Amino acid sequence: MELQTLTYIVVGASFALYIGIAIWAKASSTGEFYVAGKGVHPVLNGMATGADWMSAASFISMAGLIAFLGYGGSVYLMGWTGGYVLLALLLAPYLRKFGKFTVPEFIGDRYYSQTARLVAVICLIFISFTYVAGQMRGVGIVFSRFLEVDILTGLIIGMGVVFIYAVLGGMKGITYTQVAQYCVLIFAYTVPAVFIAIEVTGVALPQIALGSTVSGSEVYLLDKLDQVVTDLGFTAYTQGTKSTIDMFAITVALMVGTAGLPHVIVRFFTVPKVRDARISAGWALLFIALLYTTAPAVGALARLNLIDTVNGADGQGTAYEQMPSWFSTWENSGLLAWYDHNGDGKVQYAAGSAMVGKPKFDGEKRGEYGERVVTNPSKGEVVKGAPYANELSVDRDIMVLANPEIAGLPNWVIALIAAGGIAAALSTAAGLLLVISAGVSHDIVKGMLAPDISEKQELMIGRISAAVAILIAGYLGANPPAFVAQVVAFAFGLAASSLFPTILMGIFNKRMNKEGAIAGMLTGLLFTMGYILYFKGIFITPMAENIPANWLFGISPEGIGFVGMILNFVVAYVVSKLTAPPPEHIQHIVEDIRIPKGAGEAVAH
Amino acid sequence: MSTQAQQAYWKENLRLLAISLVIWFIVSYGFGILLVDQLNQIKIAGFGLGFWFAQQGSIYVFLILIFYYAWRMNKLDRKYDVHED
Repeated sequence: MELQTLTYIVVGASFALYIGIAIWAKASSTGEFYVAGKGVHPVLNGMATGADWMSAASFISMAGLIAFLGYGGSVYLMGWTGGYVLLALLLAPYLRKFGKFTVPEFIGDRYYSQTARLVAVICLIFISFTYVAGQMRGVGIVFSRFLEVDILTGLIIGMGVVFIYAVLGGMKGITYTQVAQYCVLIFAYTVPAVFIAIEVTGVALPQIALGSTVSGSEVYLLDKLDQVVTDLGFTAYTQGTKSTIDMFAITVALMVGTAGLPHVIVRFFTVPKVRDARISAGWALLFIALLYTTAPAVGALARLNLIDTVNGADGQGTAYEQMPSWFSTWENSGLLAWYDHNGDGKVQYAAGSAMVGKPKFDGEKRGEYGERVVTNPSKGEVVKGAPYANELSVDRDIMVLANPEIAGLPNWVIALIAAGGIAAALSTAAGLLLVISAGVSHDIVKGMLAPDISEKQELMIGRISAAVAILIAGYLGANPPAFVAQVVAFAFGLAASSLFPTILMGIFNKRMNKEGAIAGMLTGLLFTMGYILYFKGIFITPMAENIPANWLFGISPEGIGFVGMILNFVVAYVVSKLTAPPPEHIQHIVEDIRIPKGAGEAVAH
Repeated sequence: MSTQAQQAYWKENLRLLAISLVIWFIVSYGFGILLVDQLNQIKIAGFGLGFWFAQQGSIYVFLILIFYYAWRMNKLDRKYDVHED
C-alpha cells in the first residue's frame, strides 16, 4: 500500500481512539475536570504521566540531539529522568497530602499570600505556553511531511482533536487518552529502533545493541562511530564538546526544572493516596525510561546510517542523483539542504557548516542536478582533520522521523512513526492546556477575582479558558515566533529557579515565611530571566555574544537555572531569618502534610 | 500521634532521603559527569563505563531508587502507624 494512504489510516485510527475515550470519560465536576476525581490507578497514572511528559521534544528531537552531540546529549537523558527522583522523594507525596487542585494554590496557602499565588500563576502560564508552542510546531512538522497537507490544515485538525478531549473530558478525559497515547508512542518509537538495531548489530534490544559489535566485524558500534566522526573532523562521539561545569549546570537545571514543571506535578494530584503518589512516580519513570534508554541507540545508529548513506562505501560522497528518495522529500520540506561546494555533483558530509546559519532557499528554483538552490552557502572551508568541506545541512528534528526511511524499513513502520509523533505532541499539549485552564479558572478567577462563583460556573470558565488556550496555542504553532526554540531554556530555567525551591522549602522548612518565599522566587526568576535575555535577546537584541568566554562561571543560558535556584534558596533563607516566623496554623499545616495519614478526598475549599 | 513519635518518623524519613539523594548524585553527576573520563578507561563490552552511566546506567539507578524509597516509606508509615486506611 502507498505510504501516504497507510499513514492516513494509522493516524486516523489513532484519532478515532482518542475521541472515543474522551466521550467515555467525560468530566462532570470540577474535581474530575482538574484532578480526575483523584481516582486514577497509580500504574495508569504513571503511563499518563509518561505521555504527558514525553513531548514532541522527547519523541522527535531528543535522539537527533544525541546523534549530533554524542556524549554531550547525556544532559537531556539524565536531566529529564533524574527530576523524577526529586519529584517522588521530595514533592509528590506531600503535595498529594495537601490535597488541593493546583500548584499556585499550594504556594498561596502555604505562604498565606495572594501575591505568592499570583507570581506562581504567572510563572506557570508562561512556562506552559512556551511549551505548548513547541508541541504545535511538532504537530505541524509531522502533518506537513507525512500527510502532505499544509501546516495550517494539520494544526486545525490537531487542535480539533485536543479540543474535543481536553474541553469535554478535562483531566479525566486527558488521563485516559494519554494512556492510549503512551501505548501508541512507545510502540512507534521502539519498533523502528529494534529493526535498525538488528540491521546494524544483529542484537534486538537497542539498549544492548549500543554496546555491541557491528554485524560482520569485531568492531564495537561506539568505537566505529568515534572513528568515523573523528575522520570527518568532528570531536569523538563519546567525548562531546561541552565543558564539565556546563554539563553539570545544565543537568541540574533540567532535573530541577522537570521536578518544578506544573503540568508534571499536577499529575500526582490525581491518585487516591499518598503512597500511590510515591510509587506512581516510579511507574512514570519506568514508562519514560523505556523511551529514554532506547534514544541513545537510536541517536548513534541514525548518525552512522546518515554518514554511511551520504558519504557512501568509499567515503567520497554520493552523487545527488543517486541519493535515496527520502533525501529529496526532506529537502522539499526545507529541513535538509545541499550546496555543492567542490562542484563534483556529489553530496559530502563532514564537520563544519555548509550554510551560514539555517539554509535559505531560492523559492522552488532547482540547480544543475535538480537540487533546491541555496542562497546562503558558507565559504566551504575544510575543517581541520576533515577530508572535504561539509556540503550538507540537516535539521536535527528530522533524525527520528527520517531514520526508518534512511534504514529502508517497510512503509507501515514509517506510518507508525507519524502516529507516534502526533501522539507525543498532542498528549503533552493537552496536559499543558489543562494546567493553563486550571490556573485561569481556579487560581485567578475563583481564587482571586470572583470567589463566590458556583462549581458549575467554575467548570464552565475552565472549559472556556481551555478553548481559548487551544486557539492561542494553534496561533503560536502556525506563526511560530522566532524564539520558540530558544525559550525552552526559559521554561526549565524558570521552573528550576522559581517554583521548585519555593515548593521544596514550603515542605521541608517550617520556618519559611511569605517574605522569604516571595523574595526568593522573585530573585531566582529575575536573575534567570535576565541572564537568558542578556545572551539570547528574546524580544530585544542580545547584549553579549552567546559564547563560553562571556558566560558567568562558564555556564550557558541553558544551565543558568542552576545558579538561579541557588540564589532563590539563599535569599529566601536570609530574608526569612530577618522577618517574623509564619503564623501558628501554617506551621501546623506543614506538620500535617509530612504525615500520610488522613489524606482523603480532594478538599476543594 | 505524639509530637515525639512524629519527630522520630520525620527524622527517619530525612535519613532515608539523604542516603537516596547521595546515590542519585553519585551515579549521575559523579559517574556520568565529574568522573566520566576516569571511568571511561574501564570498558564493558562496547561501553566506556562513564559514558554508560551518562546515557544508560544513571536512568536504571533512578528507577530502582524510586521504587526502593516507596517500599521503605510504606514500611516506615506502618511502623509509626501513620499509614492511610
